[in-house]
Amino acid sequence: MLKGIPVSAGISIAPVLRLTHETAITQAESTTPVDAAQELGLLSKSVEQAREQLEKLKEQTEEQLGSEKAAILSAHIAFLDDPAFVGEMGALIENQQLAASAAVSQVADQFIALFESMDDAYMKERADDIRDVSRCLIRNISGSDTVISYPEEPFILVAWDVTPSETLQLPLQHVRGIVTAKGGATSHAAILARSLGIPAVMGAGDTLMEKVDSGSLLIIDGTSGQLIVSPDADTLAAYQEKAAQEEKERQLYEAIKELPAETTDGHRVHLMANMAVPEESDALIASGVEGIGLFRSEFLFMDRSTLPDEAEQFAAYKHVAVAFGDKPVIIRTLDVGGDKHLPALALPQEENPFLGFRAMRISLARPELFLVQLRALLRASAFGRLLIMFPMISHLEQLREAKRLLEQAKAELRAEGIDFDEKIAVGMMMEIPGACLQADAFAKEVDFFSIGTNDLVQYTLAVDRMNANIAELYSYYHPAVLRLISQVIEASHRAGIWTGLCGEMAGDPLATKLLLGLGLDEFSGAASVMPKVKERIRSISVEEAKQLAEHVLTLSTVDEVVQYLKDKAL
Amino acid sequence: MVQFEVTVNVEGGLHARPAALLVNCSSQSQSKITLSKGTKHADGKSILGIMTLGVSQGDTLTVQIDGADEQNVATAIQQLLEQSS
Repeated sequence: MLKGIPVSAGISIAPVLRLTHETAITQAESTTPVDAAQELGLLSKSVEQAREQLEKLKEQTEEQLGSEKAAILSAHIAFLDDPAFVGEMGALIENQQLAASAAVSQVADQFIALFESMDDAYMKERADDIRDVSRCLIRNISGSDTVISYPEEPFILVAWDVTPSETLQLPLQHVRGIVTAKGGATSHAAILARSLGIPAVMGAGDTLMEKVDSGSLLIIDGTSGQLIVSPDADTLAAYQEKAAQEEKERQLYEAIKELPAETTDGHRVHLMANMAVPEESDALIASGVEGIGLFRSEFLFMDRSTLPDEAEQFAAYKHVAVAFGDKPVIIRTLDVGGDKHLPALALPQEENPFLGFRAMRISLARPELFLVQLRALLRASAFGRLLIMFPMISHLEQLREAKRLLEQAKAELRAEGIDFDEKIAVGMMMEIPGACLQADAFAKEVDFFSIGTNDLVQYTLAVDRMNANIAELYSYYHPAVLRLISQVIEASHRAGIWTGLCGEMAGDPLATKLLLGLGLDEFSGAASVMPKVKERIRSISVEEAKQLAEHVLTLSTVDEVVQYLKDKAL
Repeated sequence: MVQFEVTVNVEGGLHARPAALLVNCSSQSQSKITLSKGTKHADGKSILGIMTLGVSQGDTLTVQIDGADEQNVATAIQQLLEQSS
């Protein structure tokens, strides 16, 4: 069974177009003696061709996707003028008698290695741009397939990896899906696939290219990551039905995109999305969400050996604040430890990492680091509508200390004459059962709660959700979890503040009516599932939802709850 | 030859876009331009060289310019690196 990381939702069924161009760069390493003058001519011709191709692609991209996406290509064009890039290739041909394509790949490899060794996440990604341009040059030199010829009928692209410009060149009317052996959810290609609405599965592993041939029929499920090659008749029929159903839903969601998340009796809630990297901003805004219910700040800190400074953090938060304008964005302060490792902090190996030194516990132990993040967040708050959220709080003292540090950061900025939003809202995650039981005390000292069901279930039921042996014990429909959620929401309303929920439960249509009945004010899940939730909300009344919730709270087992919801809530 | 130190004030440091602006400016000059950060050096006419220096906002660079129009280029480059956006 082939499976990858689901990066762009939707089902597609189409014949495969397999690209194997990754090998082009390695094949180019052949070192037969060459005629330097001829190779130099080839190189300069390929550079000019590449310039024309990129200019044309840039123009098309600007028209179809706007100037922000086209900016990637301006950088690619600038590489072609770079003496250290093309000039160095020429020098290799002259001095070392390399073939033009070998010179391109040698110089490209050096820059790829350089960029990949850099700490900054943005700079790391530039390695993709080098790959992109050098691949284009090698294609031009070999002359074999200067332009990839795409079929004039639907196809699913299968490749080792897909560079940004390759994604942009795909014929949108025919491409039904993208599957790659490498890459993940935050790669350029993944973000573009999501913003273009093309189902995509990435990181399917090195065996992908052996198992899939051009022309064979492929089913991809961009929601589960499942890939089915040459399906049998029954499987095919089942997926065809599923795809038709999805298409019908998609049309329905498009029709309610601009409408509020309001019940039939006029009760209004807010539907937000979770976001992992700032590059997703455009696609999320276009999807119709009201804001970001959870923006994880971890992306700035992962995969690097040093910590981002205030300027880098400020630039990232500001980018998001500006992109969303008057739409709210809830930014959660650093939540590492547990399963998220951070090389720069050199955290010790722990016996029990989920109960150990993580998230707020680290921030409070290292106030000098926490203050850098708070200052960057506050400065960015002058450019949009940011809310600050603290993760993993169990003790009131922790909340008070975090807020004291926030006030300290504010005082510093005031003294320096730097603008920030004086009324910035401060909230906390409700993900530790102890804090939920004491929600009334916390509610007096924050502006909002956000229930994190993924951790709350794990801590309430003492179930590690990564452990396959006990996976069936993990459920947010457990009556104890539901009682905690209910208590938190009630306590918040008594104190005059609101409660949101970020976690898979917020995007589960089976839970929508129940959460609405429990009084939840804000739902935040993956953007792809929120239209379904909105459709649910718009078809029920808050009165019937309340009755349903009241009854659910009297049930005793997970099965009873699920069965009851299946009968009454769909 | 002119040589001066400058603190980079460009927001987010010298990523692709400001690096391209800098190269635009330096490639119009006949002078040889070298940027140095610590012990690392880059050709001021190479966008990749500048990007791989890894210059963050607040970093100090040494700029060395050698050629007929060195004074004018020096002023332009200094302005570019000191402005905040």
